Amino acid sequence: MAAGRGPGRLSDRLILGATTAFAVLWLIPIVWVVAMSLKPNAVLMRSTAGLIPAPFTLENYAGIVERATVPTWLMHSLIVAVSMTALVLILSSLAGYAFARLDFPFRRTLFVLVLAGLMVPEQAVFIPLHTIMSTLGLHNTYTALVLPRLAVPIGVFLMTQFFRAVPKELEEAAALDHASRLTIFLKVMLPLSVPALTTLGLFTFIYAWNDYLWPLVSATQADRYTVTVGLASIQSNFAFSEGLGAVMASAVFASLPIVLLFLVFQRFIVAGVAMGPGK
Amino acid sequence: MTAAPAAAHRAARSGAAAPRRDALVALAFLAPFLVLYAGFLVYPLFKGFWISLHDWELVGTRREWIGLLNYRDLWTDRLFWMAVRNTLAFVAMTVPAMTVLALALALALQGPGRWRGVLRSVFFLSSVFSVTVVTLVWQMVLSPDNGLLVPLFRAVGAEPVNFLGSRTWAMPAIALTTLWWGVGLPMALFLAALGQIPAELYEAAELDHASRRTVLSRITLPAIRPTVLLVLVLQIVGQFQIFGQAQLMTQGGPANSTLTLVQYIYNTGFRDWLVGYASAVAMALFVLMLGFSMLQLWLGRRGDA
Repeated sequence: MAAGRGPGRLSDRLILGATTAFAVLWLIPIVWVVAMSLKPNAVLMRSTAGLIPAPFTLENYAGIVERATVPTWLMHSLIVAVSMTALVLILSSLAGYAFARLDFPFRRTLFVLVLAGLMVPEQAVFIPLHTIMSTLGLHNTYTALVLPRLAVPIGVFLMTQFFRAVPKELEEAAALDHASRLTIFLKVMLPLSVPALTTLGLFTFIYAWNDYLWPLVSATQADRYTVTVGLASIQSNFAFSEGLGAVMASAVFASLPIVLLFLVFQRFIVAGVAMGPGK
Repeated sequence: MTAAPAAAHRAARSGAAAPRRDALVALAFLAPFLVLYAGFLVYPLFKGFWISLHDWELVGTRREWIGLLNYRDLWTDRLFWMAVRNTLAFVAMTVPAMTVLALALALALQGPGRWRGVLRSVFFLSSVFSVTVVTLVWQMVLSPDNGLLVPLFRAVGAEPVNFLGSRTWAMPAIALTTLWWGVGLPMALFLAALGQIPAELYEAAELDHASRRTVLSRITLPAIRPTVLLVLVLQIVGQFQIFGQAQLMTQGGPANSTLTLVQYIYNTGFRDWLVGYASAVAMALFVLMLGFSMLQLWLGRRGDA
């Protein structure tokens, strides 16, 4: 907005033009891969050049649906990502509300202890988590993929920040009507926090969808793979035996759900990081 | 107990709930998260340290207390230090480049206009792909046989460089891939911060006929300084954890030139089954990252004074 009024419209146009050119460069790898996924393997054997899929074919995609391994992996990823997102939203908003608005002993200490968890990278704990899950006999289950991820404190931190910024008067009006804390939380606070929850939910979903290291060591049976681990196995094991087009098509196919989600919710992502109520 | 009705009465009048009931409610609200946090983050952290004091096999029953022997071995382990060096090099390649690129894009694309919105989405789009897809795409792009750059090399009459097979170029190639993959989030953080700068500041500058450069260095950059710091810390923490890109693009090669710390943990623990030793490496990674984040925060705070 500052740029629009700033010194000189011409330089603005130049900057926008240059950024547009850069964006085109940015997209070329994606366009190229999509184009390859739509070409017959016989053509790709000779040359992979060209950003336009001519001759055009859907046989690579038909092969994926027929073999059904990729759709199965997609289903696993969907189940993991959806349940992880739902649970993170529930746990974070409950805990965030308590930290922001309830008065209880050791509140500050407890909050600092939870924040300290932000400093612990997953790689520092994935080996002990692996032995814990082995002891519980949970490997190759959805539970093992989801549970450890719910302990991540970033969501609690964000929701605490959000609830702190909500004006106190809104709550007090409800309290005058003798509403219980749970009612206030459900009827007053949650509706207000839909934008914040949307943003947190989207980031959790993307994170869960793209998780690699933990599913790699926990979901080790091919029929239990998530799509990220499954695609990696296609690449490294029977690499290009199915043909380049098939590999590219499986990558595109596997990315479709997350890209669609992004296109639908993109304004929440880029605009929503501010996470303030009603900004 | 005589105080209770009075307190309730007061609470009802003032609109604040009774503290004791609050504590119980808080417990109910917090318990689900805290149980998971204790069970799947705090406990594993200590358990990881405990494991690192053992000769501990992934599968099997070998669990022998060896004290700090794993850490002593670590000190003289050439491969470990190589992984530390490679990881630091990767952090040094990605963090400044990522931060500068994200800031430049945010500055160019902030503000109204449909086209700017489209471009913002383009640069964020690459972040939603999984590491498997990203590395597949870039392995293709960088391939010396049928990669996207091959025609460019041919055009100038040069032999295409095998980026991922070269000890010099493999790590920069992985860094470039990471840049393409990860610039969206820091850009979004910068955009959010830029949007919060009060318009009056710019109006004042306009009255003074300040140049674009002056506005940037005197108003914009100081105003978003906390976000710059936040992005730097997030980036350092994030890039230290590099695993997927190196694992999938080069498997740590050629000649371990792209072997990173997390890969070393993974290889030691899950390929060689030396879980005790792998845990010691994980602790080293944790301490290293903690040190860097602290240093970063300290530098940022000192700059404020």
